[in-house]
This record gives sequence, C-alpha cells and structure tokens, in this order.
Amino acid sequence: MSESLFEVQVMVNGLLRSGQVPARRLLSDFLRHDLELTGTHVGCEHGVCGACTILLNGKAVRSCLLFAVSVDGQEIVTVEGLVNQDGSLGSVQQAFQDSHGLQCGFCTPGFITTISAFLDENPDPTVDEAREAIAGNLCRCTGYQNIIKSVMRAAEIRRATDFSGSGIVTA
Amino acid sequence: MTTRTFGEPVLRREDPRLVVGKGRYLDDLGHGSYEAAFLRSPHASARIVDIDVSAAIGMPGLIGIYTYDDLDGRVAEPLPLLIPHPNLTGGRTGYPLAKEFVRHVGESIVMVVAENRYLAEDAVGMIEVLYEPLPPVVGIAAALAGDRLVHADVPENIAAHMVQEVGDARAAIASSKNQLSLDLHIERSASTPLEGKGVYAIWDSDSGEMRLWSSTQTSTGVRAAVAAKLDLPLQKVECTAPDVGGGFGVKIVHPWPEEILIPWAARLLNHPVKWTEDRREHFISSAHERTQLHHVEVGFDDSGRILGLDVSFSHDNGAYTNYGIIVPIITSTQLLGPYKPVTYRVEFKSLYTNTVLVTPYRGAGRPQGVFAMERTMDAIADFLGITRDKVRSTNFIRPEDMPYDHQLIFQDGRPLIYDSGDYPASLEMLKQMIDWDGFKEFQHEARKSGRQVGIGIACYVEGTGVGPYEGGFVQVETSGRVNVSTGLTSQGQGHQTAFAQIVAEELGVPIEDVFVTTGDTRRFAYAVGTFASRAAVMSGNAIALAARNVRSKALRIAGDALECDPRDLEIIDGSIQVKGDPTHSIQLKTIAVLSNPLRYAFDESTKAATQFATGDTSKPPIPDGEEPGLESRDYFSPMQSTFASGMHAAIVETDPDTAEIKILKYVVVHDCGRLINPMIVEGQIHGGVAQGVGGALYERMEYDEGGQLLNASFMDFLMPYATEVPFIETGHLETLSPLNPLGIKGAGEAGVIPGSALIASAIEDAEGFQIRKMPISPSELWQLRIDHQSGLIPSLKAKEIQV
Repeated sequence: MSESLFEVQVMVNGLLRSGQVPARRLLSDFLRHDLELTGTHVGCEHGVCGACTILLNGKAVRSCLLFAVSVDGQEIVTVEGLVNQDGSLGSVQQAFQDSHGLQCGFCTPGFITTISAFLDENPDPTVDEAREAIAGNLCRCTGYQNIIKSVMRAAEIRRATDFSGSGIVTA
Repeated sequence: MTTRTFGEPVLRREDPRLVVGKGRYLDDLGHGSYEAAFLRSPHASARIVDIDVSAAIGMPGLIGIYTYDDLDGRVAEPLPLLIPHPNLTGGRTGYPLAKEFVRHVGESIVMVVAENRYLAEDAVGMIEVLYEPLPPVVGIAAALAGDRLVHADVPENIAAHMVQEVGDARAAIASSKNQLSLDLHIERSASTPLEGKGVYAIWDSDSGEMRLWSSTQTSTGVRAAVAAKLDLPLQKVECTAPDVGGGFGVKIVHPWPEEILIPWAARLLNHPVKWTEDRREHFISSAHERTQLHHVEVGFDDSGRILGLDVSFSHDNGAYTNYGIIVPIITSTQLLGPYKPVTYRVEFKSLYTNTVLVTPYRGAGRPQGVFAMERTMDAIADFLGITRDKVRSTNFIRPEDMPYDHQLIFQDGRPLIYDSGDYPASLEMLKQMIDWDGFKEFQHEARKSGRQVGIGIACYVEGTGVGPYEGGFVQVETSGRVNVSTGLTSQGQGHQTAFAQIVAEELGVPIEDVFVTTGDTRRFAYAVGTFASRAAVMSGNAIALAARNVRSKALRIAGDALECDPRDLEIIDGSIQVKGDPTHSIQLKTIAVLSNPLRYAFDESTKAATQFATGDTSKPPIPDGEEPGLESRDYFSPMQSTFASGMHAAIVETDPDTAEIKILKYVVVHDCGRLINPMIVEGQIHGGVAQGVGGALYERMEYDEGGQLLNASFMDFLMPYATEVPFIETGHLETLSPLNPLGIKGAGEAGVIPGSALIASAIEDAEGFQIRKMPISPSELWQLRIDHQSGLIPSLKAKEIQV
C-alpha cells in the first residue's frame, strides 16, 4: 500500500517550487532531497541543534520539525537565498568568512539564517545580545567566540552598506 | 614582492563555498540512490535467538533485508583490529551485522535497503528479533568484578594489561619524606560532530569498480579496508571524503560496519546505496571516550619535587577494541606533561563493558592523564602549603633539558622524547595574562561581599604529528594554476587555506593560484589520516618538500631559458627573475609549458613546447633523470612525534546557594611551534576549550545498570551552547620544532586537554575542599558541600587562599 501524496507549492528563495510529497515528509527532507537545496543541514532531527534553521515568512524556524505539507503556499528562504542579488556573499555570509566564524561548516547555514533573522529585528546588537541570539544553535568546532564576532561583523557590514537585509529575504 | 602568506591570518579559501550552502557533505550526495536503515540491538548483552523478517516482506519500496547469515566472504568475518599491540592479549571486534551475540545497545543486527530512508525505517519496524537477554557488564567496577564476562573467552574482562616503569618508583615513594595518594575519576563523553557518519557507494558493473564516499577521517584507510573485505584489487576502489561535518576522532575508526555493508550492498544490487547516520545512531553505535579511574601514589620532598610517581588506572574500553589500546597508552605517557618526576611507574588495565566502544575523542587519553597529574600537583601544593605555580615550576623540564627523554614508549611505538618547549616561559606568560599574583586580593574582596571565586591552572604537553608518514603533491599547470594534493582528510581544519599558504610561500606564487585537494584517493593514494594533531606537521611538511622540489626544477629550467645560474634566480608572484632584475624574467607557467615537451599544441601557450619549436637536438627532449611536467611528489616521515605544549588558567565563581559554576575568565598560552595561520590556530583552540568546558561541566554519557544510554539525544546530552563557553584569551609562544623543515607542531587537540583539570583546580580553590571527579554538575558540587560540612571530605590546608 503506497502512501497518499499531497501537492505542495512553496516560494523558495524567490522561486515558486512544487512537489508531490507524503504527509510525513519533513520540510528539511523536502528542501534537501526533493528540491536539492542541500545547504540546509540536518544535525539531530529533533529540533535541538539548529543546523536545519530556515526562514519561514521571515522567521527563523527548524525545518526538521515541520512537515512539508504544512508550509504549502508560504515563503521560505534558505542559506542559498541569502546571497546578494549580484551573487556575492550576503552580509552574514561575508561576516562568517571575515571573522573565521566557521570550521567544518556543517552548522553554519543554521547560524547564518538565525543571525539574518535576528539582525533584521535588532540591527545594532550588543555582544551579549549577539550571544543570546545564537544560543539555540549548536556548533562543535568553533567554541562560538568567532560566531559572536561574526554577528557583530555582520551588523557592521549592514550598517556600512546601509542595506537593511541581504539578498532575497528582505528584498 | 610576493605578499607574505605563511604566518598570516589569511581568510579561509573554503569559506565562500560553505557559507552559501554549496558545501557537499555526505548526505548531500546521491539523490536517487537506495537508502539503508539498520535494526540495532535494544539490549546491552543478549543472544539472538531468532530474526523474523516475514512481516516486512512486500513493504512498499523495500529492496532487500540482510542479516549476518546473508553476508559472504570476508564481509562475514570480524571487523579488523586496527592497531594490534603485544599487550592487547584479549583484543576483540564485532561483525558488520551481529553474529549470535550483541554486546552493546546499538550494535547493528539487520540492514534494510529501500527506495528511501522513510521506507527503509518502516521495514525495520516490522522485523521481529527474539533475544535471550544476558546480564550486562556496565561500569568499571562491574568489569573488574569479573563474575560476568562481556566476551566469554576473555577472562576477567581484561583486554589489555600494561606496565611501564622508569626507575623504582615504589621504593622512591616509600623513602620520600612526604607521600600522598589520590583517587581520580573521569567520565564518558564523545566526539559528537554535528554531522554523523555516512557512506555512499556506486558500483560500476561494467568496469568492476567501486566508487565510494565516506564521512571519514581517513579515505585511504576506508579504501584499503573495503578492497580487502570485498576482495577487490585496490586499483578498483576509490574513496573520497567529501566535506566532513566534524570528526574529533570518531571518524578515524574504520571500517565501520556501514563502510563495509553499503558498498557490499551497492555491488550486490548493482545500484547506488547510501546510509546517513541519524543522531540517535551516532550516540549508541559509533564511539565514546574518557571513562577512567586512576589511583595515584606520589612521594616528594619539602620543595614539592616529585621523587616517585606511581599511577595505576582502569580504562573502560566498551564492548570492542577496534582501535586497540591507543587511548590508555596515551594517558600513561602524556600524563607526565611538562614535568620530570625522578621515577615513574604506570600500570593500566583496559576492560570490556557492555557499552559503546571507546576510541579516541579529541585529546585521546590526555585529558584524563592531565587531570591525574595536575590534581596531584595541586594536592602537593596544598600539602606543603606552597603555591600551585611554585610546585609546578619546581618539577618542570627546563629548556636546557631539551631534548628530554622520558625513557618510555609512546603511542607510535617510538621513544617518548620531547624535542622542544619552554615551560617556564609559558607559565610566566600565563600568570601575567590571568594576573595570578593579583588574584588573592580579588578573592579576598569577593569573599567580603559573599562571593566565592577560585583560580585554577593546568599544564599539558601533547605529542603531535605522529607517523608513519604523509605525502604531498604539487603541480604547476600551464595556466599558472597550482594544484596541491595530500591524502589525509579535512574536517574543518582549514587545510585548503593553510596548505595553500605553505605552497604560496615556498613557490613564490599568489595564494589565489593555489588549489588544495585532500582526502581523495584518486588524487593522492598514500596517506594515513587526520588525527592526533598531525595534519599540519605531516602533510604540511610533505607539501613543503614537494613545493621545494618544484621550485628547484623551475629554477633549473628557467636557468637554461634565461642562460644564467639558477642560484641567481628568485620567484616573485609567479614570475622567475634574476635577483633584483625584473627585466630578465620568465613566467612560472611558461616553465610549466617548457617542462612538458609536446607533439601537439592546443593553444597559444603550448606551441612553445612542440617539437619544431624547441631547440637543442643533441639531447633527448626529456633529459636523463627528469620527468615531464612541473610537478613533484614528496613524503615526510619523521623519526618521532613533535611535542606541543600549553597552559590554561581560569577564574570561576561558585554560587554559595545554588552551587552553580560560572567561568569568569579563561586564558590560554599555547606553543605549537611556528604558526602557519594564527587565525586558524586560535579557532582550533577555541573549539577545543569549548569541548574541555563541556567535558568539565556538562557532558557525560549516562548509562543505567542495564546498559541503556539514557541521554542519547541533544535534548539530554548537554553540549555547550554559546552561553556556556567563556570568552577565551589566547597567547602564543613559538618554540620551533627541530624535527621538521617548517618547525611546526600540531594544534588540533590542544584546547580540550586541560579542561577538566583546570576547572577542578579552580573550583577547589573557590570551595576549599578537594575535587576528585569530573565532570561536576551544580547538584554534585552541592552534595560535596554537604559531605564537606559533615566531615566526609577534608578541607584543603588552604594556606594559599588564607589572606
């Protein structure tokens, strides 16, 4: 007995994407394996590590805790969608390179999406606010010091370019 | 001038790809492949009576179900015992799928292959296994009791027993004026990379070739193991480590059952097959490390000088010994740190328990050894009423003692001889950074306002860059692009940047022209792997040697072309010129053209190398002893490890009411010889310290007496978040290693090593009673306070903290 399939249409990184999925298909699997947007990573599949964080209607959410069918008709931005419109690194992405905010890079997409949403709300954070903002994401490589630095650097880049967001998310 | 790159904080060349989601980790590959899921043992110890798969037959998307009885050839044999040792008399490994017995929760029993992972897991859920549960052995005490056996043919659960002794330590202790004994305990944690393991295999039935990807720390090792197990010629197997989402030791173990079974199934089914480990699988079926119980006897004079040190410890190696006894050997040798006790005896037993196997996790036995040694140092200081820095200083190996021979055998089977280091200078730098001398005043003031603060210190020495060898390949293309490859793998260490810095410097080319490949057996087939803080030392030097060969060849050819002595030439920004005279120059890429005599031209630049274009007909086109191409392959194989070192200090505050432990300040002095990229080294230290803090205050594998791992999720296993890791201040000392051309030492593991020792030292200072067991939680500290108040735990003499 095969599973029933459901039509899902989602705006992903500015493009309308659709697929036929079983009701139980996780949004993370839909993005990664059906749409082949593998920048969103899965580190725990129980919503604790934050590697799968995406922006759903501008809010940071964990795509491993959502079913693909539940986001039908909504708007998603993944790490791939956070580049600038000319294809250059978005502010948070650039900040991660500038500040050595990543090592293995596996958790990084989840941090970048989380920080992107955070800076949209709080463009001029203190270091303590930056630390709190990333305190729901796990990283095993960096010890977080340079990720906090990346948050501050991203805010600085955004201020310098007088650019309220990066790429599609706020465009 | 070529921009200097070696020693500079060059931004990472791997980052632009990784920050936009273009990394390719194992599960990002193989869309459309079949996927595997495993039925794993729910029992810590059981006999498998029956496996009934009938309910799974006919499930949607099911491709195949495999048990031990389906395995054939060498796949049905036990997994290899990777590092045999004469003292490992009871070495045992499991099978890719359990054969009759399971010995830990999580051991693989049935493999299901289906069209995708959801369907594979559905089928796993329908399989019924009948077990005869057996009483498990959990914990060191149960293992030592020996009344239950993990392996029926390994008496007393002893996998290995080893003694090393220098001088007569027991006699020296007996005749010392002062003696102390301490029992010290460290618990289990694990590497826990954010990406678990994973394997993807494509079998090409036309050519009989296996193409394999594994999230591993050794692609050459996996390749060789798969070739052997599947009875394939090595040349018919290629393995790539794609982007790897962290390793920290667990991925050096190979072949994991899945690394054999996935390619085996791909060949059997003639279809690509993939397996991606989930988080629970990683907790219960990969590897852990750290549990050891140490008993220390020490004898010393009134200055604190250690005359005899006698350490015996029990090491819990879990259910199998795939990786041998590397961890306890490292503890037993690296315990000595920067000190030179007059005599030393160490004895360990490596014991089987019905738990996940134990293999190196970053630090690999050193955190336990340093905990034992540094707790002993603090105890001596307290006993004598001298300061903790003084007792350490009294026992230091001095710079003038180098090279210092401990007369022990290290983990690589070679003598434990420290090559270099300046421990007194490190300590001095550390004390300045933490304001050691000003702390008493701070502590006194804090106490007056009801706050409890303490300062701790911990020192370590780390043997890095273990052999046997690594290789490097450097090639200049006719476009000027420089290709570099080495066989060992990368898991976030920034090799594409650090190795490019080395080549840019050695060859005199812009770093933007240098492209580094690691961990791909198609590009470099001879390698050992990335572990033991060895990549920079081993591959870094091999690549430097290869680059130097390329440089001399380029200068030789350029000398001919420019009609001058190669010794008068230099390479600047990819151009070879007469020293100080840029008008007499030739591009390195032109030398690449000239180095490869051609019959066929396919663009403007290669015309210069065709047979009617090149001159001298009196010599063969390739002179004797030369090879075509501007490239070289070289290897680095040192006599022994090189010894990095460091010291950490921290100030902690413990809440008088709740016993919460907060780190107020954390400073690191680190000496890994000549720095290739200080930004990357600091990043390695930060990550290590975070793991050290985790190991000291939060992380532990909670097994119940039935052998169930109670906290096998990120909900319950407490890895530090950003809010748990203090700001880390780092100071670098650079004492060059005399053992390699670049003068470097390893840096990867260092940060984690002194964590538990350090935090215990600081808590002890804050609380005024001894800390002998780590990690420590607020509730445990609170209980210790009760025990201390009721007299069960003595107070420190605490002369040092009386102000």
